[in-house]
Amino acid sequence: MADAVEPEKKRRRIEDLTEKMAVDGGHRDGACDWDGRWNHVKKFLERPGPFTHPDFEPSTESLQFLLETCKILVIGAGGLGCELLKNLALSGFRLIHVVDMDTIDLSNLNRQFLFRPKDVGRPKAEVAADFINSRIPGCKVVPHFNKIQDFDESFYRQFHIIVCGLDSIIARRWMNGMLISLLSYEDGVLDPSSIIPLIDGGTEGFKGNARVILPGMTACIDCTLELYPPQINFPMCTIASMPRLPEHCIEYSRLLLWPKEKPFGETALDGDNPEHIQWVFERAQERAAEFNITGVTYRLTQGVVKRIIPAVASTNAVIAAACATEVFKIASSAYIPLNNYLVFNDVDGLYTYTFEAERKDNCSACSQVPQDLQFPPSAKLQEVLEYLTENSSLQMKSPAITTTLEGKNKTLYLQSVKSIEERTRPNLCKTLKELGLSDGQELAVADVTTPQTVLFKLNFTT
Amino acid sequence: MAATKTSKEQRYDRQLRLWGDHGQEALENAHVCLINATATGTETLKNLVLPGIGAFTIVDGHTVSGEDVGNNFFLSSSSIGKNRAQAATELLQELNSDVSGNFVEENPDKLLDNDPEFFHRFTLVIGVQLPESTCLRLGSVLWSASVPFLVCKTYGLIGYMRLVVKEHTVIESHPDNALEDLRLDQPFAELKSHIQSYDLESMEKKDHSHTPWIIIVAKYLEKWLSEHNSQPPKNYKEKEAFRQLIRQGILKNDNDVPEDEENFEEAVKNVNTALNPTKIPTAVEDLINSEQCSNITSQSASFWVMLRAIKEFIQSEGNGSLPVRGTIPDMIADSQKFINLQNVYREKAMQDAAAVSKHVECILQSVGKVSCKNASFLRVVCCRSLAEEYSVDSVNKDEITSYMDSPDSEMVLYLMLRAVDRFYQQHSRYPGVYNYQVEEDISKLKLCVNSLLQEYSLNVNIKDDYIHEFCRYGAAEPHTVAAFLGGSAAQEVIKIISHQFVPFNNTFIYNAMSQTSATFQL
Repeated sequence: MADAVEPEKKRRRIEDLTEKMAVDGGHRDGACDWDGRWNHVKKFLERPGPFTHPDFEPSTESLQFLLETCKILVIGAGGLGCELLKNLALSGFRLIHVVDMDTIDLSNLNRQFLFRPKDVGRPKAEVAADFINSRIPGCKVVPHFNKIQDFDESFYRQFHIIVCGLDSIIARRWMNGMLISLLSYEDGVLDPSSIIPLIDGGTEGFKGNARVILPGMTACIDCTLELYPPQINFPMCTIASMPRLPEHCIEYSRLLLWPKEKPFGETALDGDNPEHIQWVFERAQERAAEFNITGVTYRLTQGVVKRIIPAVASTNAVIAAACATEVFKIASSAYIPLNNYLVFNDVDGLYTYTFEAERKDNCSACSQVPQDLQFPPSAKLQEVLEYLTENSSLQMKSPAITTTLEGKNKTLYLQSVKSIEERTRPNLCKTLKELGLSDGQELAVADVTTPQTVLFKLNFTT
Repeated sequence: MAATKTSKEQRYDRQLRLWGDHGQEALENAHVCLINATATGTETLKNLVLPGIGAFTIVDGHTVSGEDVGNNFFLSSSSIGKNRAQAATELLQELNSDVSGNFVEENPDKLLDNDPEFFHRFTLVIGVQLPESTCLRLGSVLWSASVPFLVCKTYGLIGYMRLVVKEHTVIESHPDNALEDLRLDQPFAELKSHIQSYDLESMEKKDHSHTPWIIIVAKYLEKWLSEHNSQPPKNYKEKEAFRQLIRQGILKNDNDVPEDEENFEEAVKNVNTALNPTKIPTAVEDLINSEQCSNITSQSASFWVMLRAIKEFIQSEGNGSLPVRGTIPDMIADSQKFINLQNVYREKAMQDAAAVSKHVECILQSVGKVSCKNASFLRVVCCRSLAEEYSVDSVNKDEITSYMDSPDSEMVLYLMLRAVDRFYQQHSRYPGVYNYQVEEDISKLKLCVNSLLQEYSLNVNIKDDYIHEFCRYGAAEPHTVAAFLGGSAAQEVIKIISHQFVPFNNTFIYNAMSQTSATFQL
């Protein structure tokens, strides 16, 4: 520590020179490094200790591995992403890629500290990478202004560890599915070198969580889908005829009045357009006045329309720090990683809870077991579709169902392509029997929540 | 008005939804002092500058070292050799032009020697990586001046925070799962007559199915009370019977099959909470019976004046209860029935608030803008001083020894931090900073541990592994641990400044090895 007394300072200078091997030990990439740069990190890489991972071996090469070889992918360059990039860069990681499909908005600036007012409108990934690379010499963050779905296995396979700072459950599930698809099994045994650890962080106001997922080994995102309750949408009859809350009035304006009155022509409602929000706000106020409901404000209107989640710098800092600590532990084998879920809440004091989320035997993403679908042959395809979307363990968004009939691939129902949707829509009213499906039939279901199709086995009930 | 939201409102939108405009105002009027711009310090400040704190002043006499730049986002290699307070201020200031950043190139010990009142001007002081002696000196000055003090330390993989504030009032605690204030066990006059205006038996199906569950429970409760000697359902059996009574009220169609009445389902589901007796929360009871509440003077903070007024309300218009909160949860109902019911509660709340205001006026001439809407959520946090924590006479032995029954409890980390401070006092350095020191410092640190335990007569056992680990740390300040603490500390500072949400009391330990934490009251 720097506030040492004179004799100590002198001794330190001498030690520094003689200790070059032990403390500052010979790194080749010293071009942008300076004396003592990695002192805080090295103590955990070069010294033995009583609590280290059983596989840990102190060495001066671990730092080299972090600086020159270890490749990390950061998903998201927002509240968590900015913090993650900083944390990783200051822990010795230099080969970092960051993916984010968004551009910078003014409301991001209260926490996404790599961005400035002049950056509004620019891609987050690019601005974040530029900032880190210029502030942390030697760090080479590579930005990708993309959706995660723009890349395939060949992209994701190159990383040692992937850490997510996403704001969408769908995206998390997709990423989860992608890493599971990279797993290789030999004679039913998982090849550990095909595992890419996934560290996932999430925050909402003063609450947050961080988890470590070893695909194929520990609980995955879908194993614990029930931890993410489905989003609450107000019932249409309440919105349409029986509003009680200001939120009901806003949804009335958004869902019923906008499509009817088309105030800006064919333009879709854009939550980021203040004129659009103003229109929704004023109509919502009129609706509220009709029913003597108070509380409709511009802020509430924007919050409901954009489904805004409150956010502050502090929670993101805490969760990203916990995630980055895990990345460091895994990359260096310095300590046993979190096993496997951390919950944080600082509304009342500071509360953390750490537990081991369990794998689900029949998880639709990672269990490799075809999912069971139990329906009577007289059930309509519509019922199967509803099950896929409403079941809390599946929560699919717009599943496309295909099967093999008489040796040929047949699409039973698909929503995302208009012509196919129209063609297959009549199937929804047909019974499973009428569609020619038999007991034990395998159905392949594709959905945005997963990069791979999920296999289901039809079990006819009486 | 709304379409031309100021850019500040847009920038801070996501946090305004948490602490409101008044919380933001408090933040913007605050001036915090950070002592030592190490990574822990700058990370804490970053999380205060970003949300728009009014001003900060960094006090730091150190010059920037290569090691400092390595773990600190707000120091660059070009600042090596320069004063650390100045270097960090530049890069922190750059985060937000609304904030005013200042620095003092001085050692806090010097300031304590020459100008202790320097610290009186701050809303709060954050002391980072302070040696024990400086910490205690500063603690004493700030305690006398009633300036809140937050001590933070990152030591290896351990994070430590200690909040020192004499009396911190929380006006808005925003509890996560607060019980509703429905008064069904003791309906006020207006609620009674509103309930009376309903006649469930004579209602048409449409009205019957859209009657708020509060009315339903109230009606059936009346029935129950008349049949059970005015005794409400108390145990599980009686509550089940009460639920059955409500279920029987569901309309049946011509074939005697019960109709689909969701509001009745809601009533049944909410029986438990609806039957919660109206009660003043213990925390509020304690506050009302406290000395500060009994002895109001012209110096009393508005918080205590409000509490006194609430006490007088309870003893008169309130008939033993707090002012009505005035909110009800959403429930299945048609708009008119719901709004009318909501207004009954709202108007009563306004009436009660007016009565409380009258009491406030009688108590004092001038008063602050405190609303009694959150009366049941008022909290006060009182932390012990550092002097009390460190004194042999008042050390919290019980807390320490009871936690040490589990030898791997975070309490052992607290004791190790104390031992390490002792080591520093004796050797003017921390253990294990250089590789060659690690081995030999283990026995020296063990001596410090033993002398600590002896001095405080703590009959606990500290495993050698921890002594070894703390030598291994070599006083390192890894960035990710500093960042975790920086986020935690900043939010506690915001709680103190805004008087919203409840701060911790009073010692927080974070263990990055196990990703666990604990809070102790020492």
